[in-house]
Amino acid sequence: MPSLKVLSRKKELLTGGHRLCAGCGASIIVRQVLMAAEDPVVMSSATGCLEVATTIYPFTAWRIPWIHCAFENSASTLSGVEAAYRSLKRQGKIDRTIKFIAFGGDGGTYDIGLQALSGVLERGHNLLYICYDNQAYMNTGIQRSSATPEGAATTTSPVGKAIPEGKQRPRKDLTRIVAAHDSPYVAQANPAYYNDLIKKVQKALSTEGPTFINILSPCPRGWRHDPSLSIQIAKLAVLTGVWPLYEVEKGQYRVTYRPKKRHPLREWLESQGRFRHLLRPENKGIMERLGKQVEEKEKSLLALAGEETSA
Amino acid sequence: MGRIVGLTGDEATAEAMRQINPDVVAAYPITPQTETVQRFSEFVADGIVATEMVRVESEHSAMSACVGAAAAGARAMTATSANGLALMWEICYIAASYRLPVIMAVVNRALSGPINIHCDHSDSMGARDAGWIQIYSENCQEAYDNLIQAVRIAEEEKVRLPVMVTFDGFIISHAMERVEILEDDEVSQFIGKYKNAYSLLDVDSPVTYGPLDLYDYYFEHKRQQIEAIEISPEVIQKIGREFKDLSGRYYDLMGNCHLEGAELVIVAAGSTAGTVKSVVDELREKGEKVGLLKIRTFRPFPAKQIAEVLRGVRAVAVLDRSVSFGAQGGPIFLEIRSALFDEIKPPAVVNYIYGLGGRDIGVDEIKRVYKNLERIAHTKKVDELVGYLGLRE
Repeated sequence: MPSLKVLSRKKELLTGGHRLCAGCGASIIVRQVLMAAEDPVVMSSATGCLEVATTIYPFTAWRIPWIHCAFENSASTLSGVEAAYRSLKRQGKIDRTIKFIAFGGDGGTYDIGLQALSGVLERGHNLLYICYDNQAYMNTGIQRSSATPEGAATTTSPVGKAIPEGKQRPRKDLTRIVAAHDSPYVAQANPAYYNDLIKKVQKALSTEGPTFINILSPCPRGWRHDPSLSIQIAKLAVLTGVWPLYEVEKGQYRVTYRPKKRHPLREWLESQGRFRHLLRPENKGIMERLGKQVEEKEKSLLALAGEETSA
Repeated sequence: MGRIVGLTGDEATAEAMRQINPDVVAAYPITPQTETVQRFSEFVADGIVATEMVRVESEHSAMSACVGAAAAGARAMTATSANGLALMWEICYIAASYRLPVIMAVVNRALSGPINIHCDHSDSMGARDAGWIQIYSENCQEAYDNLIQAVRIAEEEKVRLPVMVTFDGFIISHAMERVEILEDDEVSQFIGKYKNAYSLLDVDSPVTYGPLDLYDYYFEHKRQQIEAIEISPEVIQKIGREFKDLSGRYYDLMGNCHLEGAELVIVAAGSTAGTVKSVVDELREKGEKVGLLKIRTFRPFPAKQIAEVLRGVRAVAVLDRSVSFGAQGGPIFLEIRSALFDEIKPPAVVNYIYGLGGRDIGVDEIKRVYKNLERIAHTKKVDELVGYLGLRE
């Protein structure tokens, strides 16, 4: 992989001046992803923050061909683009090598777009799907999705007298669901670990077939934190074991980064306003339960990767 | 010169698709469209088409993939029915607003519920405001001919709109008829090559499809869409004339039958037009001044032309194979009545809802409609504006 210094000299394919919030993970992720691509890229986006903030007509922030169709169909729309590419190439009507990347948020991927994504994976389109997972419907104003972690307060899982813990159900483990499709390359990444992220994108783009990367995307508005802390908080997700970095290559799980010592979950929860209520004494039980969940998840991941669990 | 074969509507559609040889077909099976997709899959399996076939997991993804493919500069086609069309709904509007010339065969079937697999026009009539050009076919031959013309209409530079070609489920889709098939090279010459000036695959001049379009531009973009469909009638007629030069079969915005000197006229779309035609022939032999106006393009609706051909007619019965619940009548009736509003001496117009969920309609019922029209013309009185044919009450 070229050094960050070399990569940073590449022309930015998402220009500045778009309307994403300060500290938004989405644009940071997009820039890292496009930095990693060596061939020309055609991209699709689901309806969501990334789409509305980068393309208010008559402006566009995209220096690459880009299409938004609807909320639930970033995958299927791009599968049509990719099918057109294969058809026209086979007929000798184009000769360029082009890569295809679909973007969707967690709402457009875990929830409403899951079927379209599953179809694309099964059909074997040669494209990379990236979920920028900010763990709720942020574009519509922080409503819970199936990616929202248990205990998080959102506008549709608020903290109340009868329900003091916020969201009552654990999040869906989408990365493993995708891996269950036997896709040739599946990974989980984080913009705070840009080397790891870029390497994963390059691996995915050089793999034949449908590939998938789930990338945690901090959202200062929805997570309730200072915009300047986005990357630090993203890093905490890895250090506390909330968002492990791993890849699944041809069915083989591999942890790509493992902190020497896992930080206590409390550090992650304390860093964001959406978890503030969990620190109250009456929610102690929930805190303990969440800590156990992280441990269990880590254990099962390490088992899949054939690695030893640390003490 | 073409050849004459026996084909069902579904097979004729697949045959037209084979000759069109689209770059991409994205489709999902649904009764009664299924055989179109099956047969086309055989063409793909045998390698006789260049098509990349995307066997999607839903109609929603079928239309989404067609949008992606057409935006990437491919000629894209699909086919569906009823609930499949309903599942595509959201993306149908998007295909039209992105001005993508997607071609779709819609095999008309009653839209649930209750679930029913047989013919009525509730599916495509429901989609009438999606921004697509809609062409209704009477029989297998028309389904085949219309699909080939649809490619040219959709891709015409000043139109650039998606086109749906409809024909009646089972009655046409599964009935074998005599169909004249053009030669493969005649079709490919007629449709020419598709060139999208704004292809996503043109990576050297990147385009953005589907930006957020707010109150400062959305309205103007909708106006452009209106303009495109308003221009389309002359394009449809021009291509109809060219198609006649090629095939000997002429298509206008509507199909007329014995309208010269007709005093009592039935308006119908789809296979029922054929049934009406046989009644017209029979009654004309007896000297009755009856006629048929067959709907071909429902969108754009040729209101002016219809008002002209109905001038001098005394009474009109519009047959609708779908309901617009709570409206003043069926969708075709509303259009026809409105088209005649500015006439100095408009004919009396009545509406008959018929054939819902595949309920059969026979010549006796159509004869009864002409009888009623005769009474209305004579008494100049309409007792019942909207009636029902073949309904137990």
